Amino acid sequence: MAFNSELLSKLVKIYGPSSKEDRIREFISDEIRDYVDDIRVDALGNLIAHKKGQGKKVMISAHMDQIGMMVIDIDENGFLRFTNIGGISPYYSYGQQVIFENGTVGVIFAEPLDDMSKLKLDKMYIDIGAFSKEEALEKVSIGDICIYKSDFVENDKVVFTPYLDDRVGCFVAIEALKQIKEPHNDLYYVFSVQEEVGLRGAKTAAFSIEPDLGISLDVTGHGDTPKARRLAIGLNKGTAIKVKDRSLIAHPYIRETLVKLAEDKEIPYQMEVLEYGGTDSGAIHINKEGVPSGVISIPTRYVHSTVEMASKEDINNSIKLLVEFLNTEFDI
Amino acid sequence: MLLKTLTEASGLSGNEKEVRDIIISEIEPYCTSLKIDRLGNIIAFKEGKANSKRIMVTAHMDEVGLMVKEIDSHGLIKFLPVGGIDKRILVSKPVLIGEKKIAGVIGAKPIHLQKRNEWSNALSMDDLYIDIGAKSKEDAEKYVNIGDYIAFDSEYVEFGQGLVKAKALDNRVGCAILIDLIKNVEDVSFYAVFTVMEEVGLVGAGPAAYEVDPDLTIVLEGTLAYDIPELDSHLVPTYLGGGPAISLADRTTVYNHKLRDRVVEIAEKNNIPYQFRKTSMGGNDSGKIHTSRDGSLTTTISVPCRNIHSPVSVMSMDDYKNTFKLAKAVLYDFKEGYNGF
Repeated sequence: MAFNSELLSKLVKIYGPSSKEDRIREFISDEIRDYVDDIRVDALGNLIAHKKGQGKKVMISAHMDQIGMMVIDIDENGFLRFTNIGGISPYYSYGQQVIFENGTVGVIFAEPLDDMSKLKLDKMYIDIGAFSKEEALEKVSIGDICIYKSDFVENDKVVFTPYLDDRVGCFVAIEALKQIKEPHNDLYYVFSVQEEVGLRGAKTAAFSIEPDLGISLDVTGHGDTPKARRLAIGLNKGTAIKVKDRSLIAHPYIRETLVKLAEDKEIPYQMEVLEYGGTDSGAIHINKEGVPSGVISIPTRYVHSTVEMASKEDINNSIKLLVEFLNTEFDI
Repeated sequence: MLLKTLTEASGLSGNEKEVRDIIISEIEPYCTSLKIDRLGNIIAFKEGKANSKRIMVTAHMDEVGLMVKEIDSHGLIKFLPVGGIDKRILVSKPVLIGEKKIAGVIGAKPIHLQKRNEWSNALSMDDLYIDIGAKSKEDAEKYVNIGDYIAFDSEYVEFGQGLVKAKALDNRVGCAILIDLIKNVEDVSFYAVFTVMEEVGLVGAGPAAYEVDPDLTIVLEGTLAYDIPELDSHLVPTYLGGGPAISLADRTTVYNHKLRDRVVEIAEKNNIPYQFRKTSMGGNDSGKIHTSRDGSLTTTISVPCRNIHSPVSVMSMDDYKNTFKLAKAVLYDFKEGYNGF
């Protein structure tokens, strides 16, 4: 299976921080419109695409929002102060370029600190090259959100770029959606909002869809770099089938089905037991009277940095496993 | 005065009855329907002209405080916090315990007896006790039971240039504004919801929002002001006297940008001063409301309060009036129908 770098490189570059997903939603909408029966947008901004089938109602969720920085104050000299939208690390942000929705570019720096371990977001600022408050206000308003400026780089094995989290999940969902032309199951593809601030979009989407089963697609961590935190996940070792994270324990039926499919179809996989983090299935599985849910994860290094890295083979294997899963005749 | 009555009443999380009764007696004549739900939320509806959207305005009734956990052999009372209490504000404060409002004072080891290292650290809650003047455990038990709520005893006082000192401004100030809206807004249909147990985890708002199923919600709050001159402006969450604080993002909500921009526009059109709430710490009922059912839009408008969660919270009457004006203007704007949302 060829790797569709073109689509992934577009997806990671489109603006869409949590609560401001309009642009990425438009893009994904256009990308999938011809392949689905119905598309709608809910109050919070979730994109919900329906591809009809006779089997079980399955919610497939990949979050389209990304982490960013919201401007809370502009000082007399035109420097912007900010708060985090989602898990922004001060260390990963220091010295990075950022971009606003209107294209304004800035750099993140900090007040001088003798001890860099004391680096905190409230000591940091964004410099957009404005020399007064008035000049800054011509380009940026309080409440605007900027994101890391993207630089998509790839070689034959890997991609590295900001915002694989979770545009790579969107990518996997879109590629699977295009491949499944006559679905057995009744498929609801959700490109969710506000995952990074607390799985908020998936919660409301699940409420309106009322799925029988839930599956989400998201990045996971890694344990295969020098002295990394222990985690039995490595790049280029296959797609990852989630056992647990902080937001859910995957339903055994979903987990076992995924494992059996991977074995039968010879798709390389690894089991993911994550002690931190969470994803949309955490919200889906406790919707209404409960929804058996699981996760297909894409092993990713340096999550929430500007150089998130994933293996092209792992990504393709995630697509393969998702397609097999969605074509399964479920007996639960 | 209503705000005096509301702030001097006791209504800790889970025990809002006294406050609820005051509110109901104020609003009942103005409401089309009114009910108390199973958790204790007041869900009132005031019918005006038909709106295309279902509108809700909320304020939480509960306040932070303490609860009796143990009575020792000397009749001194040990306690635990209800909601977010800074232990450093507790020493030497007068309190009222239980339904009978038994008077007590929070005591601690005198400074003479403290060791040098005790001077530099705040006393922990375990080192504090409440003295109700009882001679023994048996004596204290005549007046106080384990599980009784303990409210700060603090009088409503107007002082300075239009400032007010009281306890529980968070969020009786929101309740008072919502009561004023019910009395003064005609022509717009809206649900007025007074919630319970916000301070212990936004407990009441979820079930209330589930029942009302709003499209648009205004959350009225008292929020933190900390406007001392030494702070860089980005570290000042809100300024007292700076006008209603419009929320950007907090721990429970990233506020919808279109609705937020609309609220700002309405403030500017009506010459109402406003400010943004800069900190993203804290949260409020909006968190449960906007993610209820299939989702809805919320905005939070707050009155800045210094010394929040203490017996000596301070607010400005100008901020109060401007918050009322802004909330009212937003409600009237909703009446026109919101195609963009």
